[in-house]
Amino acid sequence: MIKRATVLLSLLLLGFIFLHIAMDYSPPSALNSISEQYVASGPDELGAANIVTAVLVTYRGLDTLGEVAVLFISAAGVGLLLRRNLGAPTEEKKQRAASELVGTAVHFLLPLIFVLGVYIFVNGHLTPGGGFQGGAVLASGIMLLLLADPHTQLNHGIVEWLESTSGFGYVVVGVLGLVLAGGFLDNRFLDLGTFGELFSAGAMPIIYVLIGLKVGTELSAVLERMKD
Amino acid sequence: MILLLIAALLCAGIVVSALLAVHLNNTVSAAISAGMASLFAAIIYVVLAAPDVAMTEAAIGAGLTTVIFLFAIRRTMESPEK
Amino acid sequence: MSLTMDGTSIPIIVLASGLIVVLVGLWGMMSRRNIIQIIIGFSLTDTGIHMLMVAVGYLNGRTAPIIDDAVDRTQAATLVVDPIPSALVLTAIVIGLGVTALLLAYAIQIYKKNGSLSVDDCSELKG
Repeated sequence: MIKRATVLLSLLLLGFIFLHIAMDYSPPSALNSISEQYVASGPDELGAANIVTAVLVTYRGLDTLGEVAVLFISAAGVGLLLRRNLGAPTEEKKQRAASELVGTAVHFLLPLIFVLGVYIFVNGHLTPGGGFQGGAVLASGIMLLLLADPHTQLNHGIVEWLESTSGFGYVVVGVLGLVLAGGFLDNRFLDLGTFGELFSAGAMPIIYVLIGLKVGTELSAVLERMKD
Repeated sequence: MILLLIAALLCAGIVVSALLAVHLNNTVSAAISAGMASLFAAIIYVVLAAPDVAMTEAAIGAGLTTVIFLFAIRRTMESPEK
Repeated sequence: MSLTMDGTSIPIIVLASGLIVVLVGLWGMMSRRNIIQIIIGFSLTDTGIHMLMVAVGYLNGRTAPIIDDAVDRTQAATLVVDPIPSALVLTAIVIGLGVTALLLAYAIQIYKKNGSLSVDDCSELKG
């Protein structure tokens, strides 16, 4: 009883503070100075049409490196906590196979989902999309495969190799930017090309492809570890 | 004006889904209700002119998070068919 | 703040709903006994904060920050919404998924050790 009253009281206080935040908010009418500079000089300096991608990959590239590191740590933590002992017998849970509709549909849908995921992160600098969205779509395709056939096992060798190579490649591209161009994760060490083409914006497509592969394989490994 | 109506309806949907998710006693229903709140949030992000965030929220929030919750619930249930 | 009947009130409505969802998620975290329901409350709090951040970056009548036929390159600064909150929220959503996966792995281990999912049964640290 006392505990419930305490919870309610603290939430009321927090609600009071939030009310003042919402009351004092007046929507701005023009971009603030940093955003204006990113929008005005982003396409000319970096050659990317998608300004959010330009901000994520080059202007705030260190934050993306931190995020890739955090995702790696959490995937390693899940792998450590739910490890399978090699000597213990695996418990044979009786798993119902999925219905025939799902089983047939997987054969048809899975290549389309993979192509969609790769398209999303290859075109990240031209249209809405990018590495994280494409990686999440790839992981959803793997999840469909795991749901349709309960006895599938991912080929751990390929998944681990792909994940570690992409992560390592991302840091190598960053250091190449440091050595050959302005700073860490600068994308101007490759030619900027014509605006709006697929092979433009310097090293930005390469960075996003590596991020997309890394996020996709990491989330698939986490999903498969959580399943059983 | 129409956009305002759509935004108000979607926000009402998000708040109702969130309230359901913390009130339902069946854990599976609560997880699916949280996924529904993420789905409505993804549509709101399109209204707010942020398509990258909408794609990410739909793929990760409404897809992968709900499935991870359901996998975890399955592993912590007393299996009745043993 | 006044709620007018046009597009300038959209960010205020989304901001208020985001804050309400944060409060609902916090209440769910503090008042439930099942560990997985506590984690659901945590995920709802995350969603609310992301709604708040994206709502702050919206400017009335403008479009997405992508340069194509609708947005001209030279006057882009007057036609697009703020791109920085979108980038920050993208990062935050992915990190939220990573933290939720780790929390659920801990919940599975607690269930294996204690046999029940209630927080009242976790008694190793009680004095």
